[in-house]
Amino acid sequence: MLEIRNLHAHVEGNEILKGINLTVNAGEVHTIMGPNGSGKSTLAQVLAGRDTYEVTEGEVTYCGEDLIELSCDARARKGIFLAFQYPVEIPGVSTNYFLRAALNSIRKEQGLDDLDAVDFLQLVKQKAKLVEMDGSLLKRSINEGFSGGEKKRNEIFQMAVLDPKLAILDETDSGLDIDALRIVSNGINKIRGADRAIILVTHYQRLLNYVVPDFVHVLVGGRIVKSGGKELALELEESGYAAIEKAAEQAATVAS
Amino acid sequence: MVEVQEKTDAFVSEFRRCEKNATQAGHDWLFAIRGKAFARFAELGFPTTRDEEWQNTNVASLAKTAFEPAGRPPNRVTAEQVKPFTFGAADVGRLVFVDGRHAPELSSLDGLPNEITVASLASVIRSGHATVEQHLSKHAGFEDQAFTALNTALMEDGAFVHVPKGIVVEQLIHIIHISTAAKTPSVTHPRNLIVADASSQVVIAETYAGLDDGVYLTNTVTEIVAHDNAVVDHCKVVREGERSYHMSTLQIHQYRDTTTTSHAFMMGGSLTRNDVNAVLDGEGGTCTLNGLSMLDGTQHVDNHLRVDHAKPHCDSREFFKNVLDGASRGVFSGRIVVHKDAQKTDAKQSNMSLLLSDKSQADSKPQLEIFADDVKCTHGATIGQIDKDAVFYLRSRGLDEQAAHGMLVYAFARESIAHARPESLRAHLEDLAFSRLPETRLPREDIS
Repeated sequence: MLEIRNLHAHVEGNEILKGINLTVNAGEVHTIMGPNGSGKSTLAQVLAGRDTYEVTEGEVTYCGEDLIELSCDARARKGIFLAFQYPVEIPGVSTNYFLRAALNSIRKEQGLDDLDAVDFLQLVKQKAKLVEMDGSLLKRSINEGFSGGEKKRNEIFQMAVLDPKLAILDETDSGLDIDALRIVSNGINKIRGADRAIILVTHYQRLLNYVVPDFVHVLVGGRIVKSGGKELALELEESGYAAIEKAAEQAATVAS
Repeated sequence: MVEVQEKTDAFVSEFRRCEKNATQAGHDWLFAIRGKAFARFAELGFPTTRDEEWQNTNVASLAKTAFEPAGRPPNRVTAEQVKPFTFGAADVGRLVFVDGRHAPELSSLDGLPNEITVASLASVIRSGHATVEQHLSKHAGFEDQAFTALNTALMEDGAFVHVPKGIVVEQLIHIIHISTAAKTPSVTHPRNLIVADASSQVVIAETYAGLDDGVYLTNTVTEIVAHDNAVVDHCKVVREGERSYHMSTLQIHQYRDTTTTSHAFMMGGSLTRNDVNAVLDGEGGTCTLNGLSMLDGTQHVDNHLRVDHAKPHCDSREFFKNVLDGASRGVFSGRIVVHKDAQKTDAKQSNMSLLLSDKSQADSKPQLEIFADDVKCTHGATIGQIDKDAVFYLRSRGLDEQAAHGMLVYAFARESIAHARPESLRAHLEDLAFSRLPETRLPREDIS
């Protein structure tokens, strides 16, 4: 589904991603872990098409298409979803209104008719249950005055409604208390499926107690320095990133 | 006196005509007012940008234009042409003026309480009305206001609404001034007077619209008088033609325990100056002034507010927003004067502008003059652009760039509309705001 080859990306002249290689197939859950500043969020944003990042080298193929050429909204309409690390508050627009407009633009891309208000509400009701979200929140301005946990739940809820092929979750677990983490994880598990791929970007191993990944990758200094199964996460939890960072440094020195 | 060659000959001959009419009809009181006002206008001339109150709004092009009185001979306007400017079924009472003159065939006053007077000002001046003589021109001063002076000298018609003591009018009375905008520059001086007696309540909307893209000037003055414990809600919509000038003064005079609201929606016109003056002249008064201007091209709107807190324990709120595209300019100036004895005044003012283009411009000038020592006065102004993070957020969910922008602009504008009174107008105002957005696929329905 997603093929990343030697991806380099800059922001304001600083190279953040320095040659990422990653293959993600349908049905798989990949976790990307790493210390602060390693480029995890940048990778997530680059995949979603944020234009503040400039891709300088490499290629990304998504379902056989060159992803880099597509605008962020075109990517969304083709089934890519980014759950934001810091969801934006938008006064004056309710989640329901915006989400229906978004869903209908995705449906249009798929050649489907607009969902009318009644069918939409039906869908929303069902998906809100997934994340135990109070329906009244959806009538309020997007994320305005929401708690941290409510914002993250709103992201998972939107993901469930928009039904993406590739979901990228950028630190969705950060800053959540254990109840909220359980709810969010539960939501993620429910949308796992053979047709969908999920990339979980996280700083903490804790999420992985609830969402068990197929693959774990460690990102250090803009490169994936280690990949493995779910046991890699446990290993990291015990030894921390320090050992891996050191090994990566040594490898870089040897290589140069 | 002024650098530009002012074209005022037509005003002089028009004044002679009005003066003669007043004498012939035996309206000595009006004759005296007109005479004073015209003399003052002659002294003041049109304002220039050297005048502090006009430094951001240049009316030189207006002063250089020779305006003839509009509607001579009268132009016929059909109900079909007026319809787009109505609020549909929300207009219970509708008073339509074409080129400054009452058009009874387009007006309807069915469904309003019998106790109230809703009439053309010209007709009540003709027949004589104590309330008119008592209040007309007693509130909107023209000592330093050239346009008000000119209006007072040359006013002929407009709406007169009088609500007697204790009567509550929940139905909307909509005053619509239509300019046919003929080929040569024309002018009207609409004059409206709304008097709410003690413990009464009334809802008034004013719409100013142009049917064509000719050059014309609407120089309008509305006086609102709220006697003790009265409630007056007022809303004004400017949908003038592309090349029009709209010079306007709304003068609100409030006695004890009164509540007034006024909303100004500026959607049309080339150059608009909107003076709103409120005098809180009785304890316990509350005045809310809101505005929303959505401008494009080279449109210019200057909202010029002054609130006088003359008595203690009064609240005032000002909340003005601009959405500025193209090379448009939105000017806001808000003076709050708290007089010596007006203790416990609570005044808040806010002005927010959203710039959608590099060439648009917003100017904001709050002015507080406080002569009392126990007051709360706050003001704030923000000028910003569309939040890029918000755009990315919306686009990352599949909305294209235009839809994302449209949604954010609409949300910004809508906050103003959400306060408008009466509620039955909000959907119409939202439609209007929506129609000012760039083409999007967004559904026009309740956004929040």
